[in-house]
Amino acid sequence: MSGTDNLVTTDDATDVVVADEAVKRRLGWGFWLCIGWIVLMIILAFLAPYLSIKDPNANFIDMSGKGRPPYGPSMDHWFGTDKDARDIFSRTLYGARISLTVGFVAIAFGLLVGGTLGILAGYFRGWFDRIISFVFVILLSFPSLVLAIMLTSLIERSLLTISLVLGVLSIAPVGRLARASTLQYADREFVTAARQIGATNRRIILRELLPNVVIPMGALALLGMAVAIVAEGGLAFLGLSVEKGITWGSLIQLGSEGSTTLQKSPWIAFFPIFVLFFTVLALNFAGDRLRTYLDVKESAL
Amino acid sequence: MSDNVETELLLEISDLKTHFRTPRGTVRAVDGVSLTLERGKALGIVGESGSGKTILSRSIMGLLPRSGVIREGSVKFRGQEILGKSTKEMQSVWGREMAMIFQDPMTSLNPVMKVGRQIAEPLMLHLGMNKAEARQTAEKLLRDVRIPEATRRLDQYPHELSGGMRQRVMIAIALACGPTLLFADEPTTALDVTVQAQILELINEQRRDRNMSLILVTHDLGVVAGFTDEIAVMYGGKLVEKAPTKVLFERMKMPYTEALLESIPRLDQPSHSRLAVIPGRPPDLVNPPQGCRFAPRCAYVRDRCLTEEPQLTAAETPGHVYACHYPVGSPEYHERRVELSKVSTVVGGSI
Amino acid sequence: MAGTGKAHLRPEGEALLRVEDLVVEFPVGRTGLKVNAVTGISFDVLRGETLGIVGESGCGKSTTGRAIMQLPRPTSGSIVFDGQDLTKLDKEAMRAARTKVQMIFQDPISSLNPRRKVRDIVMEPLSIWKRGTKQEQAAAVDKVLEEVGIDPQRAAESLPHQFSGGQCQRISIARSLVLDPRMIICDEPVSALDVSVQAQVLNLLEDLKKAYGLTLIFIAHDLAVVKNISDRVAVMYLGKFCEIGASDDLYARPAHPYTKVLLDSIPVPDPNATVGKVAVEGEPPSPVSPPSGCRFNPRCPNASDRCRREEPILREIEPGHFVACHHPLFGGEAPVSVRSA
Repeated sequence: MSGTDNLVTTDDATDVVVADEAVKRRLGWGFWLCIGWIVLMIILAFLAPYLSIKDPNANFIDMSGKGRPPYGPSMDHWFGTDKDARDIFSRTLYGARISLTVGFVAIAFGLLVGGTLGILAGYFRGWFDRIISFVFVILLSFPSLVLAIMLTSLIERSLLTISLVLGVLSIAPVGRLARASTLQYADREFVTAARQIGATNRRIILRELLPNVVIPMGALALLGMAVAIVAEGGLAFLGLSVEKGITWGSLIQLGSEGSTTLQKSPWIAFFPIFVLFFTVLALNFAGDRLRTYLDVKESAL
Repeated sequence: MSDNVETELLLEISDLKTHFRTPRGTVRAVDGVSLTLERGKALGIVGESGSGKTILSRSIMGLLPRSGVIREGSVKFRGQEILGKSTKEMQSVWGREMAMIFQDPMTSLNPVMKVGRQIAEPLMLHLGMNKAEARQTAEKLLRDVRIPEATRRLDQYPHELSGGMRQRVMIAIALACGPTLLFADEPTTALDVTVQAQILELINEQRRDRNMSLILVTHDLGVVAGFTDEIAVMYGGKLVEKAPTKVLFERMKMPYTEALLESIPRLDQPSHSRLAVIPGRPPDLVNPPQGCRFAPRCAYVRDRCLTEEPQLTAAETPGHVYACHYPVGSPEYHERRVELSKVSTVVGGSI
Repeated sequence: MAGTGKAHLRPEGEALLRVEDLVVEFPVGRTGLKVNAVTGISFDVLRGETLGIVGESGCGKSTTGRAIMQLPRPTSGSIVFDGQDLTKLDKEAMRAARTKVQMIFQDPISSLNPRRKVRDIVMEPLSIWKRGTKQEQAAAVDKVLEEVGIDPQRAAESLPHQFSGGQCQRISIARSLVLDPRMIICDEPVSALDVSVQAQVLNLLEDLKKAYGLTLIFIAHDLAVVKNISDRVAVMYLGKFCEIGASDDLYARPAHPYTKVLLDSIPVPDPNATVGKVAVEGEPPSPVSPPSGCRFNPRCPNASDRCRREEPILREIEPGHFVACHHPLFGGEAPVSVRSA
């Protein structure tokens, strides 16, 4: 019933006058709650060595007759301990250091490389665009987990290399978005207008395009960080993450080792999962809200 | 034309209000409009963007989103109240009783469906035709709207047609189920002048042949002048003047209508004629001005206009109403007109 | 129809801009076909003159305007502006030349960067060319903003979407004026605006033209608007000029059947005007495969065999009034040319 469908879906509010003042948009408390959580995580991760929390690598074997570790949550160990009697609360905080760094470095690398290539491809088009787009397609058609496993099993798995591997994986999705949003703006008349007042390509890209392209990229960066954190967890599960040090992924992996650990002592995996889940959720939600918020109404007339 | 058909009141709108809730406040897009339309007549709704003309036509048809919209007043179609009806109930009205032609035929046609099917579907849905009948009728409709090689066109997609052809297809879809009331919302704004003339003539001819009523929504006074029986001028969500077309152009009462007409460049003026200008811009419908909504931009404004809202008043000619304290032709109007002609910069053009 | 021919060009030297044999072609995807957007037109604009170019969509009028700015560079032809052939300039010289010719676009919203403050947008040309100190730049921007009727204070604080369409068009005009150009090309500058606002912008352009001693090219589809602002009007159809003349003469006595058709198609705001006459059937053919001979011949009521065979050349039928038609509405049949295609 195309006829009636068409009638209903057409834009309705084209005739409403838009007043002087911009509509006061709000980010809402949900956004601030998410940002609060992320900031709290970052601060805790940063300050972990200076806080008076337990040593994450010490074994707190209880001699008072509680038996063999792991111990459940108590006043002493808020999140309980693992089977080596290590304090899970402090291990989760220390884990945040590596997990958050991996997420941040990975997406920063993706933005820098993918974003730059995408913007240049979208702006100059032609053969450059064709080559870059081809590379993106190749990268995207490679199963990313397989690629990650392949790369990580070949190299020394340090914090930097793991971050960079995940960063390489984010180049294509970030680059594609950067290219698409650049294409969307490059044909606008304000770009032509800049060119005809004598602006150089460099100036047009930096001053006219970047401020517009950076918005969807910023939102994507938050989402991408979440994806990278989860991906690190995935690698850890396969024993392919950072070799030295604690990550959320390795904590979860330890907590679900063997066939009975999850059933008998669920807290070992539960608390790291809980923290990971809320961090990823917060990043996703904040990214989404930010994008809607910054979406300037351009066609309001 | 329609002399043998007795006049029948098709549409009766009283005190219709359509308000939108937005984060900025309530937008009073349509703020108390009353209108009537007889069967077979053509009504032009004229106004600038933001006047509420498009929202008015959508409100009548019930094509606005349900959420965030407040609709009050009454819309009677053939004596039946349709304002509160649900989308489901309206589905039997849309297409069969009322149909709409939109401004942009490219976005209102489904790009991935063949033209023939887009016309045939409502026929099968509303009139219960079978596939063969519907296709035959679709072909006849394409001929009615003067599309050459109708048979071949049935199997084409919208992008294979020119802008004018697409608008003809939109008209064919609108006409398919024989509606009694046709809405045309800026039907020719996206088209070239030579094509615009053809499309307007087509709509006019189909209206006469099918004894349809037409509501033509446009910003272009030139378009309504030749193709309507009556004109309603809207400003800031209100109806400010309504009259039979000839009367409106000859004896307009509302200074806004006059100013609008004077601000259009005309072919019969010599080049470089100074255009009359309406200063400022349309009111913000969240906080509309007190009193007359046009007062802040009106050259003939007096204190009373700023505080007391003018009500629709009947003029000498039957069917002519206007909302102005000091209409064109009043002593106050003449007094100000003389003053203004001394300060020649304000009003430059003459009709 | 045809717009080849240069009878209408005025002595060199007098003109600020002189375009000869301009051709602009675009490839259609990778099909090997091309759009013949502009096919060999010539025109000139005197200092202080306003040339109106009018025609339906797809006739090549906007392409012509952009070709002058070398956006993109035309396929062939010469564009001599103030003694300099713009088509022969290298990238850097063209960048400098562009400051003398500015352009205003149709969509006032899209031609302003949505994320930059309005005052910065207007300041941008000065900052690119480093004209004067920061204070001088600021003073120049405030002055031009006031001239176009925008409050500089508000412009400093606001983004484009906080202004109405008409105000955005004023801001675009301010940006084009700030470098003190010789010529402004206006591409449909008022067609996105409401009628009452349209009059404001047209009057503003007239005032600024006097104040700044500008030369204008005004491109639009609305014949009445073009008549109002132009000294000379050129009518375009499918990449060619069909008629060019002083605007009052051309509107009073159109010689080309297409001009007549255009004028007759405009709905007049007068209910007593004769209505219902459809002046012409059909729509303009595709510029990918334009008809041979006169391009208007498939839709022209007066078309003859000659029109289908031979392309008419612009010739003068009264002082300053040129038409490219074998059988114009007045002025007599075109003389049979020696070179018959």
